[in-house]
Amino acid sequence: MSEKIVSEILRDYIHNSLEEGKRIDGRGYDEYRDIKIETNIIESAEGSARVHIGNTDVLAGIKMTVGSPFPDTPNVGVMTTNAELIPMAAPTFESGPPDPKSIELSRVVDRGLREGHAVDMEKLVIKEGELVWIMFIDIHILDYDGNLFDAAALAAMSALASATVPASQFAGQYPDYDLGEDFPMPVKNYPIMSTFVKIKDIILVDPGLEEENVADARLSVSTDSEGRVRAMQKGLNGGFSYPEIQDIVRKATEKGNELRDILKKSL
Amino acid sequence: MGMKTDIELIDKKGLRLDGRKPDELRPIKIEAGVLKRADGSAYLEWGKNKVLAAVYGPREAHPRHLQKSNKAIVQVRYNMAPFSVGDRKRPGPDRRSVEISKITSEALEHVVMTELFPRSSIDVFIEVLQANAGTRCAGLTAASVALADAGIPMKDIVVGVAAGKVDDVVVLDLGKEEDNYGQADVPMGIIPRTGEIVLLQMDGDMTQDELFKAMEMSIGAADYIYGLQKDALRRRYEMIAAEEKEEMEEVEQ
Repeated sequence: MSEKIVSEILRDYIHNSLEEGKRIDGRGYDEYRDIKIETNIIESAEGSARVHIGNTDVLAGIKMTVGSPFPDTPNVGVMTTNAELIPMAAPTFESGPPDPKSIELSRVVDRGLREGHAVDMEKLVIKEGELVWIMFIDIHILDYDGNLFDAAALAAMSALASATVPASQFAGQYPDYDLGEDFPMPVKNYPIMSTFVKIKDIILVDPGLEEENVADARLSVSTDSEGRVRAMQKGLNGGFSYPEIQDIVRKATEKGNELRDILKKSL
Repeated sequence: MGMKTDIELIDKKGLRLDGRKPDELRPIKIEAGVLKRADGSAYLEWGKNKVLAAVYGPREAHPRHLQKSNKAIVQVRYNMAPFSVGDRKRPGPDRRSVEISKITSEALEHVVMTELFPRSSIDVFIEVLQANAGTRCAGLTAASVALADAGIPMKDIVVGVAAGKVDDVVVLDLGKEEDNYGQADVPMGIIPRTGEIVLLQMDGDMTQDELFKAMEMSIGAADYIYGLQKDALRRRYEMIAAEEKEEMEEVEQ
C-alpha cells in the first residue's frame, strides 16, 4: 500500500482541537460514531452482515462447506478468516495479493472470534476425526473511513450470529453420514473488539480516518460478555505507558458491552 | 493456545514442567557481532529457541515508492527455517510471519532515530533456526542488539518478553507445552528506560487482573534481559577494542 500523506494543517488542526478537549467531528473521547448493523442481506451466503461505523462500511459473509478436520484437532470444526482491502474502499488500497495490513486485520479479527469462543466449534463436527463443517468468514471493506478493526470484527460477529449451517444442502453428497437438518450457527459468546488510538498523550476510541492518520499508537482489545480479555493487538510505531494500557483495557470492556447490546438488538 | 491436555502444567509445589517458578525466565544467552557481511548482527538462545538477527543499512529504500522523504523506514523480515519446528515448515512467508514482521518493525521504528536518514531503509532480518515458543520476543530482543551492533542511532534498545496463563496461574515466559496447552499468552516489547510498551499482543482468556499481573511480570523481567543485551554489546566492543590495540602495536613495531 502506498503511504498516505497527511497535511501539516490537518495534523495541527487535530492536535489543537484535542488540546481544547475536542475531536474534529465533535465526539467525546470515549464516544463511537453511529453504528448501524444489517444482517442477512446476501442470500447466497450462509450468513452476512453489513456494518457501518460512521462512514466506514464493511460487509462480512459466511460460507460453509464440509471437509476433513485438522489432524491435531479432530473434534472441532474449521474456521478461516480473510479480510480484503479492496481498491474501491480507498485510493490507497491496491489490488493484488493481501498486503501486511490486510493480513494483520484478518488475523486480529480471527483471534478475537476464536479465543472469544464466538462459535461452539465442537458443535460443527459431523463425525469426529472424519467430517466437520468448514467455515469461511470473508470480510469485504467497502468504504474506509477509519477503524477497520472494530467494523470488521463487528461485521464478522454479526454475520456469524445470523448464519444458518446448510446441512440439508450437503446431505446428498455425504449419504454415509448424518448431517441432519439446517441449524442455526452454534454461537456461544459475543466477543467484541474495541480500538483506541493515542494522539499526543490523549486516548480516543473509534478513530476516524484523519485521526488514524495522525495517531502515534493504536490498541485493539477484544472482550467477552463477562468482561474477560480475549485478544489484543497493538499497532503503529508509537508506544503506550502501562497505565494507558490499563485504562484502555477497562474502557474496552465498557465499550464492548455497549456494542454487544447494539449487535443483539440488530439480530 | 488452548488445546486440551491431561498434562499437569503446574505441579503440586507450584513448579512448571521444566522446574521453573511462575516468575522465572528460561536461560538466555546473547552474542553480538556474529556475522561477517551484515552491518550488525546478534545470536540469541532463549531456552531451546535459537535465533539470528542481522541488520543492513541505512541504505537506499527499495522499492522506491516505500521511501519517506523525511525519515528512514525499518523493514523487518521474520522468517522461520523449515527445520526449526517439529513438522517441516514450508519455506517463505506465511500469514503469521507477515504479521510478526509488521509488528516487530513498528516496535523497532519507535526507537530508531529514523529522522536522521531520509529516503533510506534499515533492513532487519530475523531467522528462527530453532523454535520453542516465544520466538517473536526472542527475535525482537536479538534484533535490538543487532541494530545497536550496526551502530544505528537509537533512543534505547527494545526488550521482547512474554507472560501468560497456564492452569489458572499467571506465568512468565511460556515454554512449548505451556504455549500449546496454556490459557493465554501476552507477548510484549518494552523500552526499559521509559517504560513504554511498543509491542503488545494477547490471545486466550484472562480477567483484567490476570492480564495486568502478566504485564507487570514482563515489565519486571525486562531489566534483567536489558542487562544481558548491554553485556553482549559491551563484550563485542571490548573485543573490537582489543583487536584494534593489537593492530596498532603491530604497526608500531
